[in-house]
Amino acid sequence: MTDNHSQDFVIRFAGEGGQGLVTSADAMARAASNAGYYVSTFSTFPSQIMGGPASSQVRISNSPVLSSGDSVDVLVSLDEYAYNNHQADISENGVAIYNSGEFQLPGGGQYFGIDADELAKSTGNTRAANMVTIGAVAHLIGFSLEEIDAFITQRFTRGRPGDEEIIESNKMAIRLGAEVAKSSGFSVGTLAPPIPPDYEQIMITGNAALALGAVAAGVNFYVGYPISPATTILVWMEQNLVGPGRFAHQVSSEIEAISAIVGAGYAGKKSMTATAGPGLSLMGEGIGLAWMAEIPCVVVDVQRGGPSTGLPTKSEQSDLFACLNPGHGDMSIPVLAPGSVEECFDAGALAVNWAERFQGPVIVMSEFGQAEKGENIRKPDLGDVDVEDRSVYQGTNGYARYQSWDSDGLSPMPIPGGPGAYVANGSEHDEVGDTTHLPRHHVRLTHRRFSKLDLLNDAHIEIENEGATAMIMSWGSSKGPAREAYERLRKAGSDIGWLYSMALNPLPDAMKAALERANLVIVPELNYLGQWSAILRQHGYRAESVTQYTGLPFKPATLVDRIGARVEELRAEKGTVLA
Amino acid sequence: MSKRNPEYDFVWCPGCGDFGVRRALEWALERHVAEHEIPQANYVIVAGIGCSGNMVHLMEGDQPFGLHGIHGRTLPLSFGVKMGRPDLETVIVAGDGDFLAIGGEHIGPAAARNVNVTCVVMDNGVYGLTKGQSSPTTEMGVMTSSTPYGKIEAQMMPLKYYLTIGVSYIASHYSSKPRDLANVIQDAMNHKGFSIVHVQSPCTTYNDTYDLLKGNRRKGIPGMAWDIPEDHDPTSRQSAEDLLDRPGIPLGLVFKEERPTLQDRVDEIAGSNPNRTAEELLASYAI
Repeated sequence: MTDNHSQDFVIRFAGEGGQGLVTSADAMARAASNAGYYVSTFSTFPSQIMGGPASSQVRISNSPVLSSGDSVDVLVSLDEYAYNNHQADISENGVAIYNSGEFQLPGGGQYFGIDADELAKSTGNTRAANMVTIGAVAHLIGFSLEEIDAFITQRFTRGRPGDEEIIESNKMAIRLGAEVAKSSGFSVGTLAPPIPPDYEQIMITGNAALALGAVAAGVNFYVGYPISPATTILVWMEQNLVGPGRFAHQVSSEIEAISAIVGAGYAGKKSMTATAGPGLSLMGEGIGLAWMAEIPCVVVDVQRGGPSTGLPTKSEQSDLFACLNPGHGDMSIPVLAPGSVEECFDAGALAVNWAERFQGPVIVMSEFGQAEKGENIRKPDLGDVDVEDRSVYQGTNGYARYQSWDSDGLSPMPIPGGPGAYVANGSEHDEVGDTTHLPRHHVRLTHRRFSKLDLLNDAHIEIENEGATAMIMSWGSSKGPAREAYERLRKAGSDIGWLYSMALNPLPDAMKAALERANLVIVPELNYLGQWSAILRQHGYRAESVTQYTGLPFKPATLVDRIGARVEELRAEKGTVLA
Repeated sequence: MSKRNPEYDFVWCPGCGDFGVRRALEWALERHVAEHEIPQANYVIVAGIGCSGNMVHLMEGDQPFGLHGIHGRTLPLSFGVKMGRPDLETVIVAGDGDFLAIGGEHIGPAAARNVNVTCVVMDNGVYGLTKGQSSPTTEMGVMTSSTPYGKIEAQMMPLKYYLTIGVSYIASHYSSKPRDLANVIQDAMNHKGFSIVHVQSPCTTYNDTYDLLKGNRRKGIPGMAWDIPEDHDPTSRQSAEDLLDRPGIPLGLVFKEERPTLQDRVDEIAGSNPNRTAEELLASYAI
């Protein structure tokens, strides 16, 4: 750092699961958020309760955080394995703090040891070791100790005897840590003063934001089966979806979950479940039933690495084909893929509205990488959530529920307890719902089901710098790192444009038009097959992927290199043709 | 559907036991409507896939709501209907293949929850719609199209299974006495909790068991079906076990246990915990 100031730091705590890594990153994030910075956390851990190599990091910035960054400015290693595993990620000016109570490193490196447990003991509070480390980190990045004090006071004021003592010992721990860092002589810079946003914020994870968005749009029935990384949505719903007319419950499989939300949707509820890849595979037939019988419901797929049990606690975007066609037969399931924690809220709400509007199943695709990412985002305005309710049949009995759909709108849905008793049928049926094998019915009803998708044309899209040599079009949580890469490439003069759609199916008309005009669409995505570019090519657009399948999110720098090089290549080719 | 749809092309074979079960169910529903003064529109029939599931399209008279879903999932579908809308009277119609084979995994959870729905299981001991394969209740050794050398799995004993797994109301009957069966179905619907009426409903094409069930003096076949004695105590698990140790098909109420339903528990939680609005939930994330 030439000016010894920085707009942006990444701090990573690495060690074993159960050592309070997430707690440390979260504490740092909250303290920085309270001080007016933008923060984003990211964790990675193996699929086990305790132990195993794990890490949790926080990025603190002067502007909204788009990705988990390229490198680490301060690495805290609680054991030697963690140091060896993460030291390559340390930035040029970065510093490592290692747990000298656990291991030693030879002198001369850009690191220093700290025995946090021993120092914590001297405060009289053995549980303050995390705070010792945080104090050291704060010194290294020039973050005010008083801001951490304020966080400590807020965190430990719980109205219990002994609060005072705990607060004082933690404050002491902060200072002991800062002292060690100071005497090491290292610094990675000074965090520039915050530029607090002019809007109200909340601190929330992607999964909680998605659940909250769905409830804001009226979800009142939720069932699910525990599966990483979707479990926190089940837990959230069981805790919060309580009261008259509301129901949340853990069922015994994903097959039960999808069937139950179809049953509830049929009975008039706004129903939802969340799962991950393995559960989605089991739900395929049930989602087909909702498509066929025209029953509103929402399925959230918080992706992890696949196939089979795959990588339960890693990030991948490899369920796209499965979400677009989760079951057998002719169907096309509406899919929303939020690209940030903030968009998780929007997608949760829009999915419920879409299900109600087109009377069928809607899938929301999130990912491990953003499911448990904690960010201080703009507080959603519930007044902005336009709650839509399905059109309910109010006429007399003898109703043709599946009559052809025309310009007058979609035929209203009868709800049990009201008029228009019919059989909601997963077998092909005629307009009243009776099973039929006659070709004309199958043709008409197939057409009806597909044409309903035209009602879903209102998802958030972004189109910038059209006419460029190539357009970046990321999807889902790769949006953040792609956006960061796009901004850097633009700054460096690269001829690149930007396309983004939260809806992957159906694509909004304006996005289709932009895709049609694009010379080439470059899709950064976390899968081997290049699934989204394959879909775009299937639609007839010119598209190719920049793939990564490490189980980790993209680093912006990787995308800058790979996309930048491709754009130069394209320009050179174009030049050759012109010459 | 009633009789008004000439294009509906599914029919049961002549003599199918499901005719009798349909009649019994229609009577039971009629009487239940009258008894409780519940509007017909508040009844939902959740149907399985197979010959028996098609009953939902074949019911005559005033039609209840129907949900004809996918194979094996009547219990979780009805779970959604009932827990979403506790005011709806929910009846399941399914066959032995749908309910006990592909759908078997759902019986235990439904029993543990004690969901307040009634199942009418039509057992013909064979897969009829796919033309005669063996089902869980097919006897061991029997030759079917899928057991060309005889069935080599043991026959499942559904009533014993229900009792063991915690179903709170278990009745057994057959399709040949629709009036009696109607009474049993109506009683099951009045039970507060998870009820199963397991009905022997013969398949005249692939597994005609009428003679075996009712007996045929001319052919010298003693009937397997017997009336449950009046002194049987259905509230005693031991008595139910003893009853089911007797060979043949009992007719009547086997077991009945009063215990809280899942809805009772859910209402308890709702009564003693905060019902937070979206606004309140959002506020809990304030910085």
